[in-house]
Amino acid sequence: MKEIRFHGRGGQGVVKAAHLIVDSAVQEGKFAHFIPFFGVERKGSPVFGYGRISDTKIDLKTQVYKPHCVIVMDDTLLDAIPVFDGLREDSIFIINTTKTLEELNLPDTVKKAAIVDASKIAIETIGRNIPNTAMLGAFVKATGWVSLEHVMENTDLLFGGKNPVATQTAYDEVKIYDLQGGK
Amino acid sequence: MGKTIAITGNTAAALGAALSRPKVIAAYPITPQSSVVEYAASMIADGQLQSSMVQVESEHSAMSVVQGAAMAGARTFTATSAQGLALMYEPYFRMSTLRLPMVMAVAGREMTAPETIWSGHQDTISVRDAGWIQIYVEDNQEALDMIIQGYKLAEDKDVLIPVNICYDGFYISHLYEGVNIPEQSEVDAYLPPYKQEHVILDPEKPMAVDPMTPGNLVMKYRKSHLDAMQRAFAVLDKADKDFGDQFGRYYGGTVEEYKCDDADIVLITMGAMSGTAKAAVDEKRAQGVKVGLLKIRMMRPFPKQQVAKVLADKKAYAVIDKNVVFGWNTGAVYMETQAALNQLGYKIASLPVIGGLGGADISLEHMTNVIEKLEKMNKGDDEQECYWLED
Repeated sequence: MKEIRFHGRGGQGVVKAAHLIVDSAVQEGKFAHFIPFFGVERKGSPVFGYGRISDTKIDLKTQVYKPHCVIVMDDTLLDAIPVFDGLREDSIFIINTTKTLEELNLPDTVKKAAIVDASKIAIETIGRNIPNTAMLGAFVKATGWVSLEHVMENTDLLFGGKNPVATQTAYDEVKIYDLQGGK
Repeated sequence: MGKTIAITGNTAAALGAALSRPKVIAAYPITPQSSVVEYAASMIADGQLQSSMVQVESEHSAMSVVQGAAMAGARTFTATSAQGLALMYEPYFRMSTLRLPMVMAVAGREMTAPETIWSGHQDTISVRDAGWIQIYVEDNQEALDMIIQGYKLAEDKDVLIPVNICYDGFYISHLYEGVNIPEQSEVDAYLPPYKQEHVILDPEKPMAVDPMTPGNLVMKYRKSHLDAMQRAFAVLDKADKDFGDQFGRYYGGTVEEYKCDDADIVLITMGAMSGTAKAAVDEKRAQGVKVGLLKIRMMRPFPKQQVAKVLADKKAYAVIDKNVVFGWNTGAVYMETQAALNQLGYKIASLPVIGGLGGADISLEHMTNVIEKLEKMNKGDDEQECYWLED
């Protein structure tokens, strides 16, 4: 079972992105779920969510404390929320940012980093700074836990428009860093 | 055999209701239940569901509307949470004591104050003695399936009592996971249209509904209601068996036993936390600990015989309550379990546990901590004070 923790802000589409991952995993015959945790429901406030993907039925109904993967949709959260808490030794970290790997100063537990300017891609494709569908492209490239084909298909079904283009563009543009041997 | 798609618990509840073909739906939105009402309304607007949807200004009105419709013989549905249920209390009590069958979904939420919108069982636990049948579920599939089964149970001529299907707010209402959606034809085969016979409000045959009633008759009605409650155990068992035969999913009726057969110690849970408890049981079993889980599915009426049967030869048990009983420093399921065992003559070491209030997470670690306390009790440690699952 793979555990994912999502961080974002209200209005960025964190919940819908997570739903699209679950949709794709279920479509592929896997078990998957997502539990959102809202603070106050308003635009801009920090949003958390917990996802799981497994080959067997998932009984757990709890938050994710030791994620295999953390997705951060807004880099201003780095100073506000403990996004690195509980990261497993071999975790994957995916972030929407204009910062470089060096500027991010990631902890040693991150063994793979995926850096993408999803906000720029979103503005250039769908015309609004809603980075969720672009982040899905980065997620698929970094993890390989669901297929790009299914994610794009489901993104098209749910949102249509240029959203699948945002997903494809981020998939192509995301910078993946293998940090197994240290930074 | 239907198709499997990912949906939220609220969507599952709305779909379960829609597949049961209610003639009247009246509901007022409240977090975390709101999307049940929205989804039901959109299904009606899109022509997928042939029901009358009545827009109401409060939960009190919602229950009053479906009460009138039920009195006229219609199958009805509503849903609520917490403060909404509290506002609904007056017609809620009358719905059961008029012996009108229906199903109401409750996305369980903590009661205010302090202000909270998050998960808890306190709302439905607080009204457990208002004459309704209460069933608690563990995931989205069970929520959908039990709404369908709920009608079968409520409308049975031996029962005629409304049913609450209780699912944890957020942990199920907003949980997004794969659910098998049964075919309408299969549901129709399991749940035929409802034909009410014991009472029909009909303008052609006027009658006074619920006139002032003397105490000796109130006594009769209450006793008859309580007797019907006791018949609900067997009716649920049959509804579960028939459902399993039709859809391939059996839930165990009043309780679900998980690895209890050879267990020395047992966790008792209700609702969403039961899934986490199963994972904890698996983890501890892998370490050689003989632990099992007893999931209470039916809280009202309380299945004392079934609970006692599972616990009879056990060394110790813990009950994890997502609610409190003020005045006892424990939760309600613990109190009920103790009452059942005492009445049936069993004396077993026990640990009351309280957790998950107001959306506080009940983690896997919490569950394994409880099991470790039970292991110590099994080795002779004294019974414990109520254990609160704090950080």
